[in-house]
Amino acid sequence: MNIEELIENFEFLDGWEDKYRYIIDLGEKLPPLDVKFHTDEWKVRGCQSQVWLVPSKRPDGSLHFEGDSDAMIVKGLIAIVLMMYSDKSPAEIKAVAVDDIFAKLGLSEHLSPSRRNGLIAMTEKIRAYAGIL
Amino acid sequence: MYDVEAVRRDFPVLSRSINGKPNTFLDSGASAQKPQQVIDRIMEIYTREYSNVHRGSYLLSEEITSEYEAARKKVQKFLNAESEREVVFTRNATESINLVASTWGRKFLTRIDEVLISEAEHHANLVPWQMLRDEIGFELKIFKINDDGSFNWDEYRRCLGGKTKLVAVTGMSNVLGTIFPLKEMIRAAHDVGAKVLVDACQYVVHQKTDVQDLDCDFLAFSGHKTYGPTGIGVLYGKAGILAAMPPYQFGGDMVDVVTYQTTTFDEPPARFEAGTPAIVQAIGLGKALDYMQNLGMENITAHENELVDYMHSRLSEVKGAHEVGTAPGKGGVFSIAVDGIHPQDLAFILDKEGVAVRVGHHCAAPLVRRMGYESLTRASFGLYTNHVDIDRFIEALLKAKTFFAAH
Repeated sequence: MNIEELIENFEFLDGWEDKYRYIIDLGEKLPPLDVKFHTDEWKVRGCQSQVWLVPSKRPDGSLHFEGDSDAMIVKGLIAIVLMMYSDKSPAEIKAVAVDDIFAKLGLSEHLSPSRRNGLIAMTEKIRAYAGIL
Repeated sequence: MYDVEAVRRDFPVLSRSINGKPNTFLDSGASAQKPQQVIDRIMEIYTREYSNVHRGSYLLSEEITSEYEAARKKVQKFLNAESEREVVFTRNATESINLVASTWGRKFLTRIDEVLISEAEHHANLVPWQMLRDEIGFELKIFKINDDGSFNWDEYRRCLGGKTKLVAVTGMSNVLGTIFPLKEMIRAAHDVGAKVLVDACQYVVHQKTDVQDLDCDFLAFSGHKTYGPTGIGVLYGKAGILAAMPPYQFGGDMVDVVTYQTTTFDEPPARFEAGTPAIVQAIGLGKALDYMQNLGMENITAHENELVDYMHSRLSEVKGAHEVGTAPGKGGVFSIAVDGIHPQDLAFILDKEGVAVRVGHHCAAPLVRRMGYESLTRASFGLYTNHVDIDRFIEALLKAKTFFAAH
């Protein structure tokens, strides 16, 4: 599934219960992150839950990301973030309009700095990796 | 008879809907809502009365200066301080504590001394002492509390000694709700020659505070938690102690005689209020303290204690919900953990139900860890909290349990 398909699917969801259920499902389908990465080195700071992000570089120059969280909804939100950013070139990563996408999904509140759920910190980290890897 | 519904009508934000649900505001421990009386007073000042204080030779400035100083007098009465000269206006309680650390602390603490704090301190009453310790080299001692969050006399007495120069403690824990036996603790500290600073952020909101009866040397609180504006805090200090302290910051309004090369400083409290102060906020704080006292601090305490009992009984209906901090006589702060639900996930659901709570380590990370958690969900009461708020909180908890049980 790509992000456009996700936005379409979201349009059929009624109310926050269905939406959160769907997000949790996305999180559960996320490939499991090896627990050896559950360390401070890979932690995204400033979150009310624990969030980990592990980047790797593919031979074609694109960046692959794996992520995880100990909170269910956050893990689902991470799945959405990875859908936007993973397996893309640094140029594509820089071009992602994260605010627009979250607005279309009706999830803008999760990018608010007061939530401290790590999504902003995560997208910043991804952009930083795109600049240095 | 305390009419909580009448009280609620004074707080316009409480009638706002949140995500299509009634506003169930249970985060007063982080910052309290403001009554219309305070909002109106702030509006009046900016509309008709505003100018700078302490310097204009015209009517507006005279009037606002006397209002600003009247606010100081109101704080004095609220705390039952001996003199209004013992009341220093700051930005918040954090600044009040930092002020003591960097002026009194730098002047009077040496490397052979000890500063004693409790396990229950939030960062504002922990980090300033760590930083000062790194600078001066004294020992920072931390006395343990019991596993239920209650105060432990043996631990306190064991840590208190001839080397203790300062005891810096919270009056009421922002995580556990524990109320410390301040008066007796202060007496024991004075017996060994230590000074005592009380971090009264939570304490002053929930009960009558009498600094002369407590006999504390310093006491700090924030205006925004006492139903007043943000940007204003209070440091109470005994007159003799403040007089011996060097200034905190330098500039206008705190000086006596200034030449190009030298300056002498004003007496307290002006010595500690450099620059244009938070004039409107101070007057707004005075109004907020009036508001609380008109309701009666004893009445507020009784109302909140009754809610604490009600919350206990309702929370016991929620299987798998654990209250962290169950000290007898605790105040209206409930930190909870629910089996199988991450606090962050819980917060998402509570928010959708219009319930405002705080999630995380509550600026007291070592304490939350000491209690065995990384993160907790906290509901805290204010003078406007009612039974319906608690019912909605419990219903939202049950809803979250059902929601996550399906996964």
